[in-house]
Amino acid sequence: MLGRLTIEALPFYSWVAMGGAAVTVGGGIAVFLLITWLRAWKVLWTDWLTSVDHKKIGIMYVVLALVMLVRGFVDALMMRAQQAFSLNTEGYLPPEHFEQIFSSHGTIMIFFVAMPFLTGLINIIVPQQIGARDVAFPFLNSVSLWMTAAGAGLVLISLVVGKFSQAGWTGYPPYSGVEYSPGVGVDYWLWALITSGVGSTLSGINFIVTIVKNRCPGMTFMRMPMFTWTSLCASILIAFAFPALTVVAGQLMLDRTLGFHFFTNGDGGNMMMFANLLWIWGHPEVYILVLPAFGIFSEVVATFSRKRLFGYTSLVYATACIALLSFTVWLHHFFTMGSSADVNAIFGIATMIIAVPTGVKIFDWLFTMYKGRIEFHPSMVYTIGFMVTFVIGGVTGVLLAIPPADYLMHNSTFLVAHFHNMLIPGALFGYFAGLNYWFPKALGFKLDTKWGIRSFWCWIIGFYLAFMPLYVLGFKGMSRRMEHYADPSWQPYLIVAGIGALFVLCGIACIAIQLYVSAKTWGSARDITGDPWNGRTLEWATSSPPAAYNFAVLPEVTDIDAFHDMKILGQAYQTPQHYEDIVMPKNTWVGLALGALAFGLGFAFVWHIWWLVALCFVLSLVCVAIRASDDNSDFVLPAAEVARIERERLAEISPADLHDMRDFVPRGVASGAPLTGTV
Amino acid sequence: MGARIAGQKVRAAFRFAATAGLICSLPMLQGCALSDAPVLFPKGPVALAERDLLFTAFGIMMIVAIPAILLTFLFAWRYRKRTRNTADYAPDWDGSWGIEAVVWLVPAAIVVVIGTIVWDATHELDPYKPLASDKPAFKVQAVALDWKWLFLYPELGTASVNELAFPADRPLTIEITSDTVMNSLMIPALGGQIYAMAGMRSEMNLLADGPGTFTGRNTMYSGDGFSDQHFKAYAMNEADFATWKEKVAGAADVLDAKAYVDLHKKSVADPVRYYSSFETDLFSIILRKYAPIVGPYESKAAELICRGAA
Repeated sequence: MLGRLTIEALPFYSWVAMGGAAVTVGGGIAVFLLITWLRAWKVLWTDWLTSVDHKKIGIMYVVLALVMLVRGFVDALMMRAQQAFSLNTEGYLPPEHFEQIFSSHGTIMIFFVAMPFLTGLINIIVPQQIGARDVAFPFLNSVSLWMTAAGAGLVLISLVVGKFSQAGWTGYPPYSGVEYSPGVGVDYWLWALITSGVGSTLSGINFIVTIVKNRCPGMTFMRMPMFTWTSLCASILIAFAFPALTVVAGQLMLDRTLGFHFFTNGDGGNMMMFANLLWIWGHPEVYILVLPAFGIFSEVVATFSRKRLFGYTSLVYATACIALLSFTVWLHHFFTMGSSADVNAIFGIATMIIAVPTGVKIFDWLFTMYKGRIEFHPSMVYTIGFMVTFVIGGVTGVLLAIPPADYLMHNSTFLVAHFHNMLIPGALFGYFAGLNYWFPKALGFKLDTKWGIRSFWCWIIGFYLAFMPLYVLGFKGMSRRMEHYADPSWQPYLIVAGIGALFVLCGIACIAIQLYVSAKTWGSARDITGDPWNGRTLEWATSSPPAAYNFAVLPEVTDIDAFHDMKILGQAYQTPQHYEDIVMPKNTWVGLALGALAFGLGFAFVWHIWWLVALCFVLSLVCVAIRASDDNSDFVLPAAEVARIERERLAEISPADLHDMRDFVPRGVASGAPLTGTV
Repeated sequence: MGARIAGQKVRAAFRFAATAGLICSLPMLQGCALSDAPVLFPKGPVALAERDLLFTAFGIMMIVAIPAILLTFLFAWRYRKRTRNTADYAPDWDGSWGIEAVVWLVPAAIVVVIGTIVWDATHELDPYKPLASDKPAFKVQAVALDWKWLFLYPELGTASVNELAFPADRPLTIEITSDTVMNSLMIPALGGQIYAMAGMRSEMNLLADGPGTFTGRNTMYSGDGFSDQHFKAYAMNEADFATWKEKVAGAADVLDAKAYVDLHKKSVADPVRYYSSFETDLFSIILRKYAPIVGPYESKAAELICRGAA
């Protein structure tokens, strides 16, 4: 009846497992009680869980990412604590736990922090940047969100029922095969990947169609804001790369569940094929994570340097180059597999070529700052921290791209330091910059800057302390994923790395305090105009938070910095001659239901509860059928209602709230253009 | 040819700068304990060449990296917003062909230079390539097991577990496979690593500068005993090696098929073991274990090893 699910699956076999389970269950109960205490269940259901509004879906993605960031970081902290003390001892974590922790850390950070964070930011911002009212497929967007959440749910429940994978986040077979990992851990990992992978693929397709088809009049491709460009490239990468992950996870699942031999030792299996397929997804994935962050840096650096973005065309082509080249380098993840020198050299050189467009981007941001007027808003500070730190990661990346040098550094902590050096500044700092930059757009009030700056300093100091020692340890011959070690000269470095992790902990605490303080004083930090930073692109033309339809009248665009030009020309904040009826999608419960069923299906597969697999599958088809036969999925917002909302918004804005556009005239230069926006 | 010599000069110059830079900057964390870092101070020509490559590339990249980092700080400071900033302000300046040319072409040129070096070096340092030497290579067969290394010495007819010994004056050729999950064999002081995979044979050629003791290990996570899966590798002078040979040849244990089946069982942090002989063609039988072949086994021993029981 319950497959292989027995009472043994409960975590009463060690205090570490029990602690993890207690925190997970306790957290769940706390959230439940909080919502009940706030009497927020109805609001939560009607305004959020069933919403198909891209902004609300985006916010839910970001919330998911932040929650999972905490979970993934606890893993990191536990690993650093273990290695700081496990010289010639078992430390406090037995191998079985240590292995689950490094596996879940990587899985969570990539799939359930970085992916939802960037998907959330794209969701909130891209439709507004291109002057659209929603994404192309609002319902699909809701399905994507709940599929991702289902995957995250599978990772979380593995703490309570059963165990998580011990095969690392890359899950190389044959170790992850059923012969060497017979438990449920790898299955949890696989189903988390498959469900969230489906969500990501659908998101990618959704964003591609949105950006290609939904741009407002006048917005040609070469007038799209940089964040939209990088989101488009990242979405194309998602659509092409994620199928490889889905296929490889599906194959491993067949190996494990039905006794296939794709990747087994012997019987015709070949684990090298897994490595190839995994990294055909895995390398583009790096750019999927990094490109949207590059877009955020581009927006932030222009806004807070009070200048046009330098080398827009160059940045667009650099982005496209990176996207294209990202599919040509996957083999550099396993130079040591024993390929011929020709193969290794070609992939090594291809990898280095990517450094060129990436370097160009850094210099373009640098020259955007040149002759600007830089304001050290937290977003900008994260951007500067990124530029400096990312260069170091780029250098070590090129070193690893040299096959003979990689023979020395592969599988070492040098490699661990390198990819954290790319992903923390390159992706996470970008998302944090985006969080600080677009928070008022999403929720209508600004984040506290003091705590923002503090979080930055903790993160950057923590980053250097945690990862520079790992570079050195790579030189000293330390492999990654070691539960304990025998070389006493490694320990000082590992203690420093542990202290670094504590700084990062402070960084995360600062973000939590920042959110709390800002929420408490939100009334005084309200963003009345919808344009708190004197922004340049169209998302700042809407109110904060935007009305459900974003734009009452679709804007027309003639240049890159569309909203900046509107403000200069006095066209912003104008009442249009007439409003029109707007067709909006209705909320629906189907997305949430499909997510819940995907979770049930994954869980049932993990435990071999076949009747539940069948039930969830059939119910999913029923949900799809219900949705497909619903011909009333839209409603009309009457023009009068739109007019009322817009009137209220404009009435609130007083001329004193508007930015002084004379700031943009260099000293001593006279300008004939009208200089301030008028209501 | 000319390009090659120029390349070498560039390499020599940068090697000096990069060595100095790396060695000065890294130990700030902890005195000078890096002198025992096997990657920075290798004990064999292969690892040395690989390290030099690392330093050369590092040095060349500083041409771009240092200006990028310094300019970031400089611009952030010079153009910061304050009440009286006399620095130029050009809010609509958004492009310059000159700057674009430099930022595309200089990194591209660097990639051409490093790429050329990479092409040559990857072929030069191909782990499969036999090393030039006036003496014949000493052949060893390495088998990754859970969680230990088995070394077979066809030339000597003996075997050892978790200890590798070889004559210091001869190149070392290691044939590698795995009788478990994927492993990766590495002796950092002597050179880079290569994967060990079941049913597949990979190879690595190394050479030591002279007699010495080095640490080797599996670098590819393989399960619970992974942390302890390391061994000592001894490059020995003639006299020491002769003594060692005798010691192993006199060992009481023999690695026949049955003993191998026992050895194959999972175990953690195994002590060093010696076998005075091993089953004929043991390495090929281990490879064959994973081949999709049907039909009778060549021998009783092959059947025992491949099926775990005869």
